[in-house]
Amino acid sequence: MAGSDRGMLKCSRLTKVYSGARKALDGITFSVEATGIFVLIGRNGSGKTTLIRILATELEPTSGNASFGSMDVMGDASLLREKIAIVPQEARTVPWMTPMQTVSAYLMWRGMGYGEARRRASDALENLGMSHYRDRLNRTLSGGMKRKVLVAAVLSSDAEIIFLDEPTTGLDPVSRREFWDLMKDIEGERFTFLTTHYLEEAEALGDRIGMLEAGRLIRMGTLDDLRRSVRHGYSMSIPAGQKEVRISVSEGEMLKGADGTRILTSEDEAFSISRELIRDGVKFTINPVSLDDIFFYLVSREREENAGNKGEAVEQLRGFGGEEEQA
Amino acid sequence: MDSVEKRSRLSQFSASILVNSLYEMKNYPVVLVNTVLSPISFLLLIVFVSHGALIGEAVQGGFIMSMFGAGTSLQADLSHLKNDFKLQDMVVSSPTSWMVYVAGMAASELVYSVPALAVLAILAFYFVHMSPAGTLLFVAVLFLVFASSMAIGYTFATFSTDIVQSFAFSRLISTLFSTIPPVYYPITYIPLPYRYLAYLSPTTYAAQLAQYEGGYVHISPQMFAASWIILILVAAILFALAGSKARWREK
Repeated sequence: MAGSDRGMLKCSRLTKVYSGARKALDGITFSVEATGIFVLIGRNGSGKTTLIRILATELEPTSGNASFGSMDVMGDASLLREKIAIVPQEARTVPWMTPMQTVSAYLMWRGMGYGEARRRASDALENLGMSHYRDRLNRTLSGGMKRKVLVAAVLSSDAEIIFLDEPTTGLDPVSRREFWDLMKDIEGERFTFLTTHYLEEAEALGDRIGMLEAGRLIRMGTLDDLRRSVRHGYSMSIPAGQKEVRISVSEGEMLKGADGTRILTSEDEAFSISRELIRDGVKFTINPVSLDDIFFYLVSREREENAGNKGEAVEQLRGFGGEEEQA
Repeated sequence: MDSVEKRSRLSQFSASILVNSLYEMKNYPVVLVNTVLSPISFLLLIVFVSHGALIGEAVQGGFIMSMFGAGTSLQADLSHLKNDFKLQDMVVSSPTSWMVYVAGMAASELVYSVPALAVLAILAFYFVHMSPAGTLLFVAVLFLVFASSMAIGYTFATFSTDIVQSFAFSRLISTLFSTIPPVYYPITYIPLPYRYLAYLSPTTYAAQLAQYEGGYVHISPQMFAASWIILILVAAILFALAGSKARWREK
């Protein structure tokens, strides 16, 4: 199916309330073209897994609806299931099976014959550099290898929409980067919906990025869109536990947290503050504004707004574009 | 359904059998011994205690316990694959329907029981004497026992949240329905007041019918008919419950 047939992923006022009245999703509305890689970031418990499970037809929403093109996630689940595949967050390989058996069995569940499934599985494992391990028991593989086996299973299928729920959680940095390389290689062939709480992963992979906090989508766009939502280009971090210094920030924003102070400001002011901090012997880091800074700021603002502390939130908005939710 | 769709369903059905029995048996051969042990150990116990007098009933009981055990194992296995590996989540988001997945998993439990059934079949050949019609009725009884326990297994599996809870349920159901009731010996061995309790288990009716077909006990035509009706009704009710209560897409 061509990318255009997948159309748009649309969510309209999607809400999920679990028993005990815990609201995991709170009226999420957005639409995004179902091509490339969409990365959903958010802290633990922000609702990422709930959203991905609803979209992957595993979980019913409490209210609202979602669709891919003309296919409704609830009403056309059978049709949609022909086109989607998921690696759930806590998915593990079955220990008594080998990578070859794991991938080929998954392909058989997708309807392929035994011979075709074995051929595809063999090719997929070879493409991921796992030929050498294909007949070893899964329980003997490293954590990274086991993850790769599951990813190989969904990638070797004909699914056009792939859901990966925190695929690199628990992987070492090398395995994580190998996974990123793999995702970049397959980018463009299908639509990948990926969740993560590693912001550098979202920066590395996401064509478009959504930010989820407490079940609400607080911002969405390309990395450039998100960067543009912050007027200032530099971020300074001053870790807590150092001597008290008085810093005057006239052009930017100063956010205080338990782990220290973060300043978002212009290049000139950043270097001016840097000189003062060096003179006073205070340790700090300075970098161009990253997704981490944007996320930190937006989550802080969201929390303050939810807490009803609007006055302070408005004060802290100085220096930021202050755009609302966008597609 | 066209031939491509039929082949596709067959592949999906076969995948469950491969994952839940054949690959496990191939890669961990010790499980083959395990499947034989449970029914055979009870059989030996009853034969020794009765000095060989109850060997026919005990072999039939071994069949009934194997078939009931296959259903309760389905519960533990489905729950294990769903909660610990999230494999069921991957299958839900695929073209496989819940019916094909569960049917394949149920078949995998029968495949898993083949070593035990083979040993019991050899023993039955020597020690149980039934007419061809009686053998057919015995197979029908076994099918109903399996169907009932499978329905119980699937329903419980969809509600269980972890493997410890799941295995606890599995053992409880197995003990209540295949160890405590008079499956390996005639119900007349149980003192009368407790006999009524035994009739709360469908496996009691299954054993009674099997023992009647084997010529070990005599039951009235009314009890014969009632036993069949109860077995069929229990299976139908459990299937209806499984269909209405069990969840494929979670709520």
